[in-house]
Amino acid sequence: MTDNKNDLIEYLLRLADNAMINGQRLCEWCGHAPALEEEMALMNVALDLVGQARNWYEYAAELLADGRDADRLAFTRDERDFRNTLLVEQPNGDYAVTTAKLFLFDAWHLHTLQALTASKDERIAAIAAKGVKEATYHLRRSGEWVERLGDGTEESRQRMLAAIDELWRFTGDLLAGDAIQQRLAEAGIAADAAAVAAAWQATVEQVFGATNLPVPQPSSYFYLDGKKGLHTEHLGILLAEMQFLQRAYPGATW
Amino acid sequence: MSEWILFEVFVRSKHGLNHKHVGSVHAADANMALESARDLYTRRNEGVSIWVVPSAQITATAGDEKEPFFDPSQDKVYRHASFYELPDEVGHM
Repeated sequence: MTDNKNDLIEYLLRLADNAMINGQRLCEWCGHAPALEEEMALMNVALDLVGQARNWYEYAAELLADGRDADRLAFTRDERDFRNTLLVEQPNGDYAVTTAKLFLFDAWHLHTLQALTASKDERIAAIAAKGVKEATYHLRRSGEWVERLGDGTEESRQRMLAAIDELWRFTGDLLAGDAIQQRLAEAGIAADAAAVAAAWQATVEQVFGATNLPVPQPSSYFYLDGKKGLHTEHLGILLAEMQFLQRAYPGATW
Repeated sequence: MSEWILFEVFVRSKHGLNHKHVGSVHAADANMALESARDLYTRRNEGVSIWVVPSAQITATAGDEKEPFFDPSQDKVYRHASFYELPDEVGHM
């Protein structure tokens, strides 16, 4: 049971960190989006994700029972303790990069949450059920934007192709399972990584196919692994900004 | 973005029977307009249905047509039910 509990905490932190880091990245568009409408949309998505992160962190904090709450988990852990996938920590780049990043994540996220609604852990199932509605909308939105840029102008298509090319190497990390997830999946608690990967592939092929964007070969081995806390250089910089206040003024509230 | 067009947004609220005009959004296509409208105008649980219509597709009365369009109805008091006197026998309708 202790092993199971440690596995569960680890898995919850992955879900939480994925939502948190993706949300934090998106917030960088605040005040910079190409149009007011897009700014509102991006901030809506970002806040959905931060809300989901809070739910996962709170559950993890209860299981950890070491005095840390959701805020402490988000704002005082070091880079090596973060369990998010490498994809979500990547810089926003241009709008094609942001769009491709969101789409690749949203497809994984929705299929993961859909699987988790059937989790034997009722708390997980309940959080996932709420998140599925939000993620369904996120995927609809980002998928349409992929198509919009994919068959917009010659430049928008070139940018989307470049964005896919730049981000694709991180999809291996996004889709890979490990022993922890495997054990939890066999216990009916976590999503099965292979099943999510297959559903993700089908979604990507459908959306890319709509505008004849080529689907690259599956991403091969990458030397970093977000689940193990081995991140690209971008996460530390993101955390430095995100965690500054709680690091400089521990426990500050306003 | 120069190719984005203006859409008018109509939202039906939870207890409302009809869609009401709430504002407008710029978008590249109708789906994008629907999503922007959702994010801009139904953030606080306002709606259960959204229509978007390209603004250019709306035919509207012009400002200088106000008099011929609307003034003639000002003195047609007989178009209001209150113009007619009800016989006492009818009682409250």
